[in-house]
Amino acid sequence: MIKRELVVIGGGSAGIAAAIAAYNNGCKDILLLEKDAELGGILLQCIHNGFGLHRFGEELSGPAYAEKWKDSLAQTSVDVRTSTTVIHLTSDKHITYVNPNEGYVTVEAGAIVLAVGCRERSRGAIATPGYRPSGVWTAGTAQKYINMQGYMVGKRVFILGSGDIGLIMARRMVLEGAKVLGVAEIMPYSNGLPRNIKQCLDDFDIPLYLSHTVTDIRGKARLNGITISKVDEKLTPIPGTEMDFDVDTLLLSVGLIPDTALLNEAGIKLHNKTKGATVNEHMETSIPGVFACGNGLHVHDLVDFVSMEGEEAGAAAAKYLRGELIRKEDSVIEAGNGISYVLPSYIDTEAMEESMEIKCRVTGNARNVKLTLKNGDKLIKEIKKLRVAPSEMEKIEVKKAEFGAAKGRFVLALEEL
Amino acid sequence: MGETTKTYTCIVCPRGCDVTATLNDKGDILSIEGNFCPRGEEYVRNELTHPMRQLTSTVIIKGGLYDRLPVILSSPIPKDRMMDVMKALDGVEVSSPISRGDVVISDVCGLGVDVVASRSM
Amino acid sequence: MYDIIIIGAGIIGSFIAHDLSKKLCNVLVIDKEADVANGATMANSAIVHAGYDPEPGTLKAKLNVRGNRMYPGICESLGEPYVRCSAFVAATSEAESRILDTLAERAGERDIEYRDMDGDSARELEENLSDDVIRVLEFPTTGIIYPWNIAIALMEEAVMNGVDLKLSEEVVDITKEERYKVTTDRGVYEADMVINAAGVYADRIYAMALKGEPDFHIKPRRGEYYVIDEMAKPVVNRVIYPVPGPDGKGVLVVPTIHNNVLIGPNSQPVDDKEAVCNTSEALNDVKARASKTVKNLPFDKVIRTFAGLRPSGDTHDFVIEESKTLAGFVNVACIESPGLASAPAISEYVIDNFVKDAYPDKNASDYVHRKPITFMTGMSDEERNELISKDPDYGRIVCRCCLVSKGEVKEAINRPVGATTVKGVKKRVGPGLGRCQGGFCEPLIVDILAGELGVDRADIRYDSAESVMLIGQTKKGAL
Repeated sequence: MIKRELVVIGGGSAGIAAAIAAYNNGCKDILLLEKDAELGGILLQCIHNGFGLHRFGEELSGPAYAEKWKDSLAQTSVDVRTSTTVIHLTSDKHITYVNPNEGYVTVEAGAIVLAVGCRERSRGAIATPGYRPSGVWTAGTAQKYINMQGYMVGKRVFILGSGDIGLIMARRMVLEGAKVLGVAEIMPYSNGLPRNIKQCLDDFDIPLYLSHTVTDIRGKARLNGITISKVDEKLTPIPGTEMDFDVDTLLLSVGLIPDTALLNEAGIKLHNKTKGATVNEHMETSIPGVFACGNGLHVHDLVDFVSMEGEEAGAAAAKYLRGELIRKEDSVIEAGNGISYVLPSYIDTEAMEESMEIKCRVTGNARNVKLTLKNGDKLIKEIKKLRVAPSEMEKIEVKKAEFGAAKGRFVLALEEL
Repeated sequence: MGETTKTYTCIVCPRGCDVTATLNDKGDILSIEGNFCPRGEEYVRNELTHPMRQLTSTVIIKGGLYDRLPVILSSPIPKDRMMDVMKALDGVEVSSPISRGDVVISDVCGLGVDVVASRSM
Repeated sequence: MYDIIIIGAGIIGSFIAHDLSKKLCNVLVIDKEADVANGATMANSAIVHAGYDPEPGTLKAKLNVRGNRMYPGICESLGEPYVRCSAFVAATSEAESRILDTLAERAGERDIEYRDMDGDSARELEENLSDDVIRVLEFPTTGIIYPWNIAIALMEEAVMNGVDLKLSEEVVDITKEERYKVTTDRGVYEADMVINAAGVYADRIYAMALKGEPDFHIKPRRGEYYVIDEMAKPVVNRVIYPVPGPDGKGVLVVPTIHNNVLIGPNSQPVDDKEAVCNTSEALNDVKARASKTVKNLPFDKVIRTFAGLRPSGDTHDFVIEESKTLAGFVNVACIESPGLASAPAISEYVIDNFVKDAYPDKNASDYVHRKPITFMTGMSDEERNELISKDPDYGRIVCRCCLVSKGEVKEAINRPVGATTVKGVKKRVGPGLGRCQGGFCEPLIVDILAGELGVDRADIRYDSAESVMLIGQTKKGAL
C-alpha cells in the first residue's frame, strides 16, 4: 500500500489552507484530494464580493479569494489530485479514493486533515408539505446553475430561510431579471449577516417575513405556487395566517450541515450540535492524527475564518507527524446558558500552547452581554459584547496562564452585564 | 432647530455596524456614530447623498472550464445604475484564457468604472 | 397493427409485457408518464410481503403467496437485487395478540414459514423494537426490492425482444369495431386485445372502452412516508409491521436495500388521482404510529418525505377479468397492496386465463437477455479498475452520497428504455436519492443528460414535459 505522510481531504478554502500550513510547518509529503475538476470548493460559485477582508485586507469575489490561495499553494510541492473522490476512510487512516486516471487507490496516511465542507439542508430534511414539482432548489444549487452554467432557474421566486446564500441569491435573481416576492424565516430573527439583509433585500424592496415558514407547495410538474404561514413560539404554523404566492421557483436556504459520510465510516465521534466531529484545541478528532476543519467541522459565516481554521489544523497535523503533539489529560468545554455550541470540545490545559481560541455561537440575539468561561465556580475568562447574534460566530482567546491549574469541566455561558 | 437621526446597517464589511447619522432640518450631517472604522462614516455619507454599490455578475466565456466568467467592478457605482450595467453585460462574450483583473468592459455605461474578470479561466 | 395493447407501464404492465415478449405476438405498451414505473410502482413500501395477511379465498391471498415465491428467481434472472430480509408483525396488546393467532393460522394453511416469539426474544433480534411489544410473528420469506428498477428491467428486456413502448402518450379513446382502436394524444393503434393495467386510472380507461359506467371504481388511498438517511447501522434489519387493522397493514418501518429506512404509510382516501402531496397531519400521524412498534426512530435523519397513491377499488379484491361485454378487453385493476408482491403471479394469471395459447412461445434460444446495469458499489476494486481503464468516466464520481459514477449515469441513459429525465436517472442509478437530495449532483446530471441526448440543458426535464427546470440562458438578452 502507498504511504503518504499527510493526506488532506477536500480542496476548498479549508483544505488548501491546511495543506499550505502543513507544508510551511515542515511536512513535505502532502497529498491533497479534491472531488471537483479544480480546487476552490464552493467559493467558485460564490461570485459576489465580501471575501478576504481579514486575510487580504480587501473585498474579493469567491473565485478571486480561491485563486489567491491556489497561487500560494502552487508555490509548494503539495501533490494535488482533482476530480478525485474519497470513497472510504478507516479508523487506521487508510483512505480509498478514485479518479478517472488512477482508478481506485488506497493509501495509508500518517495524518489526515478532513476539510470536506458542508451540504445544504434539503426540502426533505425539513419535511415541507405539498407536492414535489421541479422548481424547488436549494439556494446553492440554483447558484451553481446561474453563476457557473449560465442558466436561469425561474422568473417569480420565493425564498425560504434567511441564510446568507438565500439572501445573496435573492439579489442575484433580481439582477438577472427575476422577480423575488419575499423571504420567509421561521425564526424571529434573520440568520444572515445584517449587511446582506440591507444590500440584498432592502436595496431591492424584497420583504422579509420573520416567524413564517412555507406550509404548502403546489404544482404537479413545475412549481406554480406556495403558501406561507406565521408560526408560534414553538415554530408551529398558526391556522388562519396563510398567505399565497404565485411563484415558479422556491429556493431553500434552511441551513448547512457538515458532510460526515466519511467520519461515520471511520467511527469518528460526532458533536451532537454542530453535526461535525468533536475536536480538541488542535482540531484533532477522536482518532489521533485525524484533524478536521472548515465547514466540514462546523459551519462558519466567513471564509476568512475557514482558512484560518484550516491553517490551525494543517499546522497541528505537521506537529503530530513530528511527534510533538503531546496530550496528557483532556478537559471538556461545554455550552452553557445562551450558547448553542462551543468548539473545541476538549482541551488539555497542561499541554496546550501559550494560547487557544474558543469558538461559539449564541442561541439568540442579545445586547450588552458577557461571555464567561468557568471551571466550577471559578471564572477563567470573561469578555463583554455589545451585540451577539446566532448568525455571527464569536471567538474568545484564552491564554494558558489564564487556565492556570484548572482542569476537568469548563462551561462557556452568556450572561447579562 | 429640529434634528433627525437615521440608522444604517453598514455593508462595507461583514461586521455590519449599526451607524446612526444625526441631521439638522436642512439635511446637513451633524454627527455620525456607531461605526467601527472610518469606512463606515464614508458609507453613511454616501447613503445620505448618493448610495454606491459594488456589482458582481458573469459574462459568457468560450473555451473555459465553465460557461460563465465571474466579473466584478473596479470600484462601486451609483446604486440606481446597477441594472444599466447588468444590461451592458448582456451578450458580452470573452474567450479563454483570461486572467483575473483583465478588463472585460472599460468605462462601462460611462461610469468611469471597468468591468474586470474576477478569476482567471 | 398489434396483437395486444397494454395500457400502463407500471410493475403490472411491465410483468405482462415481459411474459408476452416470450411469445410470438406483437405487443404495444402505452403510458402517459415520461418513464416506466412512475405511478404506484414508484411510491410504495417496496416490500414483497410473505402472503399471510389477505383474507382467505381472495385473489390477493392466492397471488401474493405465489408472487412471493416467484420473485427471487425473477430478480436473479434480471440481475436486480432481492433481499429476503424477513419481517416481524408486532403485537402490543392481548387483543392484537389474538389477531396474530389468525395470521399464524393463515400462514399455516398457506404453507408460509413463520416463527412465534415473545417480545423479549424479538427484541434480542431487533434491539429497537418497542418495549411495548409483547409478541411477534416472524415471517422470514418477506423480501425487499426496488420495484421501479424491476419494472424498468422487465420492460427493457421486453423491448429488447420486440415489444413496442410509447411513453408520454395518453390514451384518450378506445373503440371496439372488428378490433380495438386505441387513440392517444399522438396516434391511433389497433389490436385484438387490450390489457388495462392503468393503475389509479384503470376505471377511467375501462369507462372509455365501455362508453359507460364500469363495474368497479378506483378511489385512490394516499400513503405518506419518511425516508431516513443511510446509516452504518440502520434502526431495523427486518420489516416491522404492526398488527393489521381495518385500514390495511398499518404504518411500517422498512429497511431498504441501500441501508435507508422507510417509515409509513398512512392510508387516506383521496378524490384526485394525482394527489401525491404530503400533508403535515399525515406525516405527524405516521410519526406517532411508527413509534408504537419501533423506538429510537431517528427522525432527525429524515432526508425526504413522499406520498404514493394505492389504486384501491370498491371491490376489496384485485379485479383481474375479461370484460363481460367487451371480448378481449382484460381489466387488471384495483391492484392495491399486496399488488407489488403479487405482480409476477398476476401476470401469470392473466396469461393463463386470457391469453392462453393464442400465440406460440418463442424459441428460448431466440430470447435476448439484458445485461444488468453496472453497480460499482457492489464490485471489487479490481473489477472497478478494469471498468475505469475501458472508460475513465467510471472513475468520475458525480453523486457523492450514493457514490455513482458518470459512467453509470451514461449507461442508464444509453440503455434500451434508457433514462431521458433527471428522475429517470435517479430511479435507475441513484443520484438524488441520497442525503443531498440532488443538491450537489443535479447540475451534473443535467449536464450529462444534455450531452448524451444531444440537447440543450434547458431541454432537460425533471420528469414530465411540463416539469421544466432551467428556463433559459443568462446573458442572452433576457434583461
